[in-house]
Amino acid sequence: MQDDRIRFTLNGQPMALPAGTIATRTLLDWLREDARLTGTKEGCAEGDCGACTVVLEDGARREPINACLATLGQMHGRAIRTVEGIGRAVAEALADADGTQCGFCTPGIVMSAWAWTREGGDAHEALAGNLCRCTGYRPILEAMERMQDDGARADAVAPPPASFATPTQVFHLPATLAEAVALKRALPDAWLLAGGTDLGLRFSEHRENPPAVIALLNMAELRGLRVDAAGIRIGAAEPYSALHEACAGDADFAPLAPYLARLGSRQIRAMGTVGGNLGTASPIGDALPILLALDAVVETSARELPVADFLLDYRRNALAADEIIAAIRLPRPAPGALLVAEKLSRRHDQDISAVAMVACVEFAGGVVSRARIAFGGMAATTRRATGAEAALIGRALTRETAREAAAALDFTPLSDWRGSAEWRMVAARGLVERLWLRHAHPEMPADVFAVPA
Amino acid sequence: MNAVTKIAGAALRHDSAVKHATGEARFIDDMPEPAGTLHAALVTSPVAHGRLRALDLAPARAMPGVVAVLGPADIPGENDIAPIARNEVLFVEDTIEHHGQALALVVAHTRDEALRAAAALRPDIEALPPILRIQDGRDWLVGPFTMKNGDADAALAAAPFTAQGEFEIGGQEHFYLEGQVALAIPGEGAEMLVHSSTQHPSEGQHIVARVLGVPYGAVQVQCRRMGGAFGGKESNASWVAAAAALAARHTGRAVKLRLPRKADMAATGKRHPFLYRWRAGFDAQGRITALVAEMTADGGHSVDMSGGVVMRALTHAINAYSVADLRVTCGAIKTNHVSNTAFRGFGGPQGAMLMDDVLAHVARATGQDIEAVRARNFAGGPNPTHTPYGQALEGDLIRRVHAEAMADSGWERRRAEIAAFNATHPTLRRGLGCFVSAFGISFGIPHLNQAGALVHVYTDGSVRLAHGGTEMGQGLFIKVAQVVAEVFSVPIETVGLAATHTAEVPNTSPTAASTGSDLNGWAAFNAADAIRTRMATVAAKHFGCAEDEVRFQDGQVLGATDNQRLTFGELAKKCWLARVSLSATGYYATPDLEWDMQAVRGKPFFYFSYGAAVSEVVIDTLTGEHRVLSAHLVQDCGKSLNPAIDRGQIEGAFVQGMGWLTSEELWWDPAGRLRTVGPSTYKIPGSRDVPPVFQARILEAGPARVNTIFRSKAVGEPPLLLAGAVWNALKDAAGVAHLDAPVSPERLLRAGQRA
Repeated sequence: MQDDRIRFTLNGQPMALPAGTIATRTLLDWLREDARLTGTKEGCAEGDCGACTVVLEDGARREPINACLATLGQMHGRAIRTVEGIGRAVAEALADADGTQCGFCTPGIVMSAWAWTREGGDAHEALAGNLCRCTGYRPILEAMERMQDDGARADAVAPPPASFATPTQVFHLPATLAEAVALKRALPDAWLLAGGTDLGLRFSEHRENPPAVIALLNMAELRGLRVDAAGIRIGAAEPYSALHEACAGDADFAPLAPYLARLGSRQIRAMGTVGGNLGTASPIGDALPILLALDAVVETSARELPVADFLLDYRRNALAADEIIAAIRLPRPAPGALLVAEKLSRRHDQDISAVAMVACVEFAGGVVSRARIAFGGMAATTRRATGAEAALIGRALTRETAREAAAALDFTPLSDWRGSAEWRMVAARGLVERLWLRHAHPEMPADVFAVPA
Repeated sequence: MNAVTKIAGAALRHDSAVKHATGEARFIDDMPEPAGTLHAALVTSPVAHGRLRALDLAPARAMPGVVAVLGPADIPGENDIAPIARNEVLFVEDTIEHHGQALALVVAHTRDEALRAAAALRPDIEALPPILRIQDGRDWLVGPFTMKNGDADAALAAAPFTAQGEFEIGGQEHFYLEGQVALAIPGEGAEMLVHSSTQHPSEGQHIVARVLGVPYGAVQVQCRRMGGAFGGKESNASWVAAAAALAARHTGRAVKLRLPRKADMAATGKRHPFLYRWRAGFDAQGRITALVAEMTADGGHSVDMSGGVVMRALTHAINAYSVADLRVTCGAIKTNHVSNTAFRGFGGPQGAMLMDDVLAHVARATGQDIEAVRARNFAGGPNPTHTPYGQALEGDLIRRVHAEAMADSGWERRRAEIAAFNATHPTLRRGLGCFVSAFGISFGIPHLNQAGALVHVYTDGSVRLAHGGTEMGQGLFIKVAQVVAEVFSVPIETVGLAATHTAEVPNTSPTAASTGSDLNGWAAFNAADAIRTRMATVAAKHFGCAEDEVRFQDGQVLGATDNQRLTFGELAKKCWLARVSLSATGYYATPDLEWDMQAVRGKPFFYFSYGAAVSEVVIDTLTGEHRVLSAHLVQDCGKSLNPAIDRGQIEGAFVQGMGWLTSEELWWDPAGRLRTVGPSTYKIPGSRDVPPVFQARILEAGPARVNTIFRSKAVGEPPLLLAGAVWNALKDAAGVAHLDAPVSPERLLRAGQRA
């Protein structure tokens, strides 16, 4: 039985939206205009400022998301909490610490902090998706130290498969991969929507209204994450937050965790998916250098293929018209391998890479036996630096060999607002040289963020 | 008046702090809309420079939901939104001057319909080559003006050593979290009420009236709060209000215009980028004896407020220092960028960076420690105290803030640690920098230094306060309320806060130039004091004591003896029964200001606020990445009206200044289109960018030597300059004297390679 109305829990109350609601309407617009809950603000409509932060609750979990990028259709079956739906404790802690000035970013910060009181972790990482232009953040961080988990919880209910139709749009939430493939065959122009952290801009910023959408969030085959001796297998529609957590909890993959913590923000990672990153095949997608450096395998509805064969060109991948990405397998790095993930961007947090590098270097008898060095931001697509890899094979990883490998980088990057082509080359070489520092001097801070104040 | 204040000076929190955090505080887009409210969207230019041959509005008119499409021909008054000069158009008639410039306005039932219809229009434009760099500019919008003292050329020729420099500092987007928004509600006849997110309701009133062709009195502008402004909601808010009002006039319906972030960032002005060229003469100890400098601001395509920015850059160019013989010129050149505008500091930060570039070069040339060179050139002490335009600085305060910031930071210890680190680490380098500022307080245009307030006391003793200042998050409302509560000696909760409204307090100045609490505080004091005096007369008669024996204390009014006692409310009621007015206006004009703009001479400022900072950074010589490790700030606030609010201003301004000098870069493509038009590409500091060691403190027992309100000092802008310490620390780490800003990793690497 298919559900034809969007249902979710809002601030503890079950809601069923009227039939005919446009499912690609953003949650933010609906909250502010229809529900008249104006505490949630629009600051940028591109998922970067966090003024629209609301929290998805699922049992004990609290995941902040950007309401500006989330569509109503994606919210089917979820439990949503807005600033109007929490007690006053977090608000008062922030007010007591002089953590508000103009107050416009504040409700979003309150929601991120409220989620953080449950989820914990680095406070900066929790605030990475929230910009404040007034305070300089110090009082906000101080207030957070005094906040406590209020114990509140709400459960999301497993949603039935659904399809929301209006005269101008049909929005499908299939429950199986087979259904999704059939829908894609029947609706070849339909937008495939996963977390919507990229595609969502077309609703939020460009106010587009596509005639057909197939949302991939509710298919069991595309969800779930498994860690075993072979490595990590992640469903294509599983959010980045799951991959981040898995890496942080596994010694072999742990070097990827700080890099994944810089992929978007908590809000973005709660929605965005590795499958989506592969689907858009963007040259600056931060997940892709990981996949290339680890020789990941892409499982689709029809086949398996190495990720290197999947990424074809600028925003072009190998998917057939009726093919859907199902999962990604990340092989476990060899014991003793040097796994390094680097990102250069204008700001440490919540920024798009100017240059990203993930390297996996294996050693045998004190020399490099195998090397994978993958770069994002350096070409029309994410790709490996095969010349640099070859320069390391059979040699010890010293400053000199690292410099020779760096000199062997064969990219012709673009110039844009994130950096000129010349700087991208110089800095990419610097990242390759830094492999030596990380390998030979683990006792030293290798980058500016490792230096204690 | 009590010598020791209780409420003025208390660290009270922002009046709306809890409402902000619960989401109850209403911004304009949160207000319930009048029935039938329509929504507007701008049609903007896709090119930076060109001739608008035609703009066919018909395709938008045919789109669903569209009610009206308005161009320059639909303006009943003047197509002119200039705040100071004239001839700055609301909608382009002929020549397009920048990417994102407004061409027309679409009005529709919903905002989505308006945005879609606006996007459907295809203006017919003959593209012209744009001017995008200061170096390529040909036409002066303002000046250049020259500030002179002595004979700079002769002093340069006579100097034992000379050096020269050329550097650039980029602009800055305000990135107020709440974008530009106005809700215009038409009344009867010519009447128009505009809810505008504005720092300058009176200018909004004037611009709306000019565009509609109606008297000022027909238009009222109201603003309860802004979601940030930083100078970006002075002139830019006025034209947004005028566009909304134009649509409301045409449709007879309420119209809201809320700019999407990208349109906002493309269509509204920014901080002026500056280009500097200088030659200096100095002795072997680094004492600077001669300076010839040119500073050129990128004014964008029109004057806007560039005149004031140029003047403040000039008056701050020598900052806290003394140079005997100098000639400094500054003007604003025309480019095909959006018209640059006010931004916290208003040219002051740009001007004040000049001397630190000079000091870095002089220290390098003489082999002296830069802090020794800095101290040797401070105004006052053995050096003259007067600025080049003739106003005296306080040399003791300059030296005090410098010494305290150096001590707070543990400068010598850090220096040793840094030397040890840099000697051993193969790729990272740490660096240390200091900055000292003397920031002049008052509007550079003397007539703007006035303010009004309106205070009512009701017969139960509750108070309502209105003044001409606007609340943008800086805590002005609570500070002025503290002044009034102090005068009446009533609890702060007694003082109700009114939205800023041109009908309550007319002919106001913008809330800008850090003057908000100085001006409005005094105006509110004068209003409250007038009422208090009348109330004391009634109380004296009631108690049968002398008027000067009446004391207002903690919500009570006391006479000569202990049993002579009324509550403040009881006395208010008695005043009403005695037919004594409980309402008063208050007015204040800053005394003793004089300014000759042509000669660049006079006393433009009531006083100066002093501050100093030390910051430590670490850089990566492989990639150019950098990070601020610590910052120690000491800011003079006189006797702070509210230390909690002032600390917030100091910290926030410093971080904003840090963004200006490091991560925030405006990037135009070769066609002149600004491509950093959202937070995904334009990077303001995030929480992790704030120095992990961050100590900002108010100078203890800072003296205010002129009669400011309760001897407090202004704080909104001065601490922004202190971010210069980060710039200086980056130079120190990279081992360079010359470093263009914003210091991207790329600029840092390039500077290091040149060294």
